[in-house]
Amino acid sequence: MTTALTISHGGHGVPPGPSMDGPAPKRIVVSYGFWIFLLSDIVMFSAIFATYSVLVQATAGGPGGAQLFHLSTVAVETACLLLSTFTCGLMSLAVNIGHRAATYLGGAITFLLGAAFLTLEIREFAAMIAEGATPERSAFLSGFFTLVGCHGLHVTIGLIWLTVMMAQVATKGFTAFVHRRLLCFSLFWHALDIIWVALFSIVYLMGAR
Amino acid sequence: MDITPHDRAPGDETTPEARRDETLAGLQAYLIGLGLSLILTATSFWAATTSALWAPGVAIGLVVLAIAQMGVHLVFFLHITTGPDNVNNVLALAFGVMIVGLVVIGSLWIMVHLNANMMPSATG
Repeated sequence: MTTALTISHGGHGVPPGPSMDGPAPKRIVVSYGFWIFLLSDIVMFSAIFATYSVLVQATAGGPGGAQLFHLSTVAVETACLLLSTFTCGLMSLAVNIGHRAATYLGGAITFLLGAAFLTLEIREFAAMIAEGATPERSAFLSGFFTLVGCHGLHVTIGLIWLTVMMAQVATKGFTAFVHRRLLCFSLFWHALDIIWVALFSIVYLMGAR
Repeated sequence: MDITPHDRAPGDETTPEARRDETLAGLQAYLIGLGLSLILTATSFWAATTSALWAPGVAIGLVVLAIAQMGVHLVFFLHITTGPDNVNNVLALAFGVMIVGLVVIGSLWIMVHLNANMMPSATG
C-alpha cells in the first residue's frame, strides 16, 4: 500500500493530489457542493417517504387514497412540473450564451408552470380539508400532508429563488456568481422534479388503486 | 462535472460557431430527456388506471418506471454522467442512493414485522 502510494505520487517532490490537472474550476466545485446538499435533501425526503409508506394503511376508519385522489389533477400537476423543468433547462442554455431576453422568457415560463403546479396542489389540499380529510384525521393523512406539503414548500422556495435570480440578472447582469447561482437553481429545480416522480408514483398512482 | 454545454464556463475561449453547436447539443439533450420522461410518465399513468395488467404486478412496474425516469432526469437534466469531471458527483449519488435504500427498505421491513407482532386489538 505504501509503495503504491509513493509511486502514484511520483516521489519527485510532486504534491499529492487526485490528478495533475490542477484545481477544478469554481463552478464545478460549487455545483458539487450544491449536489451534496441536494442529496441530503433527498435523504430527508426518503425518511418522510418511509414514514408515509409505514402509515399508509392507518386510515383510522377515515378516507383512504382511493377516495381522495383525483388522478386527472395529478396528471396536470405532473405535466406542469415536467414542462417547467424542461423550460428551466432551456433557460440555463440561454444563460450560457448570455441571451438576456431568452433568459427572462425561460424564467417566466418556468415560474408560471411552477405557480400553476402549486395552485393545483393548494386547491387539492383545500378540497380535501373541506371534506374533513384534515392532517389530524388519521396517521395516513398526517403522513400525506407532511410528504406532499414538504415538496410543495420546496417548490414555493424555488419560485422565490427564481424571482430573486431574475432580479439579480436584471440588476447585476451575467456576472460569474450570478451564473453559478443560476446553475445551482437549475439543479434544485430539476431535483424537485425527481422527488415529484417518486411522489406521484408511490403516493398517487399506488394510493388511488 | 463533465464539460457539457450546460457547464461551459462564461467567457470561455470559444468561437460563436462552437457556442451555437453547444447550445444545439444542449437543446437536443433536453428534448430527449423531455420525450423519454413524457413516455415514462404516460406509461405509469396508463399502468395505474388500466385493468389490462395483472394487478399485483403493477406496483413493482410503477417502481421500475419511476426509477427509470429518475435516471433519465439525472442524465439529461442534471447532467450527472460518466465523464471524468463527474466522478465525485457519481460517488456522492451512490452514497445517497445507499442511504435512501437503507432508510426506506429498513423502515418498511422493521415496521411490517412490528405490525405483525402487535396484539390483534391494537392494530387498525
